[in-house]
Amino acid sequence: MTRVVGLGLRRGLIELRQTLSSGTDLFGYALPAVFLVIALVWMRGSTIPGTEMALGAHSLVGSVAMLIVISGLMTMMQYLAMDREDGTLLRAKATPNGMTGYLFGKIVVVAGVAVISCLFVLVPGLFLVDGLTVGVDGALVLLWLLPLAFLATMPLGAVLGALFDNPRQASLMMLPLLGLTAVSGVFYPVTALAGWLQGVAQVFPVYWLGLGLRSAFLPDALAAAEIGGSWRHPQTAGVLVAWSMAGLVLAPGILRRMARRESGSAVAARRERAMTRMTV
Amino acid sequence: MYYDFDSVLDMTGSVLAAGSVADTPGAEPVIEVRDLRMSYGDKEVLAGVDFTATAGEVLVLLGPNGAGKTTTIEILEGFRRRSGGEVRVLGVDPEQGAELWRARLGVVLQSWRDHSKWKVRELLHHLGGYYAEFSTGDRPRPWPVDELLEVVGLTESAGTRIARLSGGQRRRLDVAIGIVGRPELLFLDEPTVGFDPEARREFHDLVHRLTDVDETTIMLTTHDLDEAEKLADRILILAKGRIVADGSADELSRQVAGETEIRWTRAGQRFVHSAADATGFVRELFRQHGDAIGDLEVRPSSLEETYMKLVREAEGGAR
Repeated sequence: MTRVVGLGLRRGLIELRQTLSSGTDLFGYALPAVFLVIALVWMRGSTIPGTEMALGAHSLVGSVAMLIVISGLMTMMQYLAMDREDGTLLRAKATPNGMTGYLFGKIVVVAGVAVISCLFVLVPGLFLVDGLTVGVDGALVLLWLLPLAFLATMPLGAVLGALFDNPRQASLMMLPLLGLTAVSGVFYPVTALAGWLQGVAQVFPVYWLGLGLRSAFLPDALAAAEIGGSWRHPQTAGVLVAWSMAGLVLAPGILRRMARRESGSAVAARRERAMTRMTV
Repeated sequence: MYYDFDSVLDMTGSVLAAGSVADTPGAEPVIEVRDLRMSYGDKEVLAGVDFTATAGEVLVLLGPNGAGKTTTIEILEGFRRRSGGEVRVLGVDPEQGAELWRARLGVVLQSWRDHSKWKVRELLHHLGGYYAEFSTGDRPRPWPVDELLEVVGLTESAGTRIARLSGGQRRRLDVAIGIVGRPELLFLDEPTVGFDPEARREFHDLVHRLTDVDETTIMLTTHDLDEAEKLADRILILAKGRIVADGSADELSRQVAGETEIRWTRAGQRFVHSAADATGFVRELFRQHGDAIGDLEVRPSSLEETYMKLVREAEGGAR
């Protein structure tokens, strides 16, 4: 088993290196950073309502939360849908322990892509925004928050990827996800939204991850601006654990079902479909 | 066995002398299929397929499109669940095949664009790694990458990104991936579709090399008769979801009686005749015309004729 995990991790590192040496991929990771920098410049001078803190600090941390969720959910999902279409997954299935190795590899790639996307945003962001600090307390929060964030999103991303047979359909999932970030207080405090929207936001992990990250990066005094006037760490952990459990309960069965259905003719049928789409 | 057309008379002789191919006694069959059935909804694709394969054999599953070749091979590979019947591959039911069983099999998949960013050597090295824990004394696994590249003729392309390989190179890589674990049994589904004649020939050489080097049992599907005749120790003809013939190319030809063709010349004229009893016909021919007969050729029905007849019968019978 350790051998297979090792193979998977190495697989992930190889694919990570491949994506980092691809101009198109890098452009994709850098693009959100460009938009964010524009937004940060535009909101200079605004403050978080009821405080003296720059609104930019809130938004920068919020966008990191968004990127982590998008990576965990969307990137995982698209990789799975794509790898199923082009036969990568069937190869894994034809190899002993190949599926396990494949999944560990994907975890590494997705986590790596998330970290890189965040760096693209954080590095320029830190020059534009004052007041971000990570103390020992903050670092400790990140230590449980980030793994939990990946755990809450990646298995669900894999489940969605297994359900969509077509990478193009899978991309459509981006729309509800962007809608969700809009109500999750990523760019503007959620307290400014209508009460029922606040309720919706608090069901999903984006809001809670944003809250947790703010607790790590922003001064403690700013907790006053949050719902309930507190960072609500226990609730944050609770909601993220609940999503993780849901994903971890669903994923094995659905992934096994997906793997069972893979065969040469299934891949050939998808190829046929993709070819028709290209020529039409 | 494969005969060229210059030795037609020899062939007739060997056909008459040949007995049935003797199986190695006591050896456990590599593949054992009994009454295999498969239905998709109301549509019955396999209606009771029976056959076995012994170690080291090259078995070709031949049949028209839609006969159930791919379904059969995918069931044996453990990629598809059957509706009924008994299947043993390397002594294991493919539906229960664990990772150890998987490690003893090779599957040559038709790649399209998977792993396109990987380099040839990188991918073979990675995939080979999964087989290392299944290495045994008489079958060290995986196949060392350099040797493997040599066998499939990809040494020059070891550092090339897979996306940049030509179609033929890509298919050779598919074969390399299929055999990187030094399989005891290798499956290939329609391996030469879309090949030009040269690539096809190279591929056939590669298959011969595999059986020589590693005593690998090979099962492949094709709808190309010429390919079946070149590669097969034994041909199974699948039509309408049943095996309608099972034997070597010349055994199959003998199964279809009355197809022997006799050609000769007499007084500057060419004659052609088909006879069930070719020997009797030729004896009679010489008795009547003696020395006047020239350019005699006796040609048992070709695999193509046999195939067409068997498939037509099967399809007619099922209607």
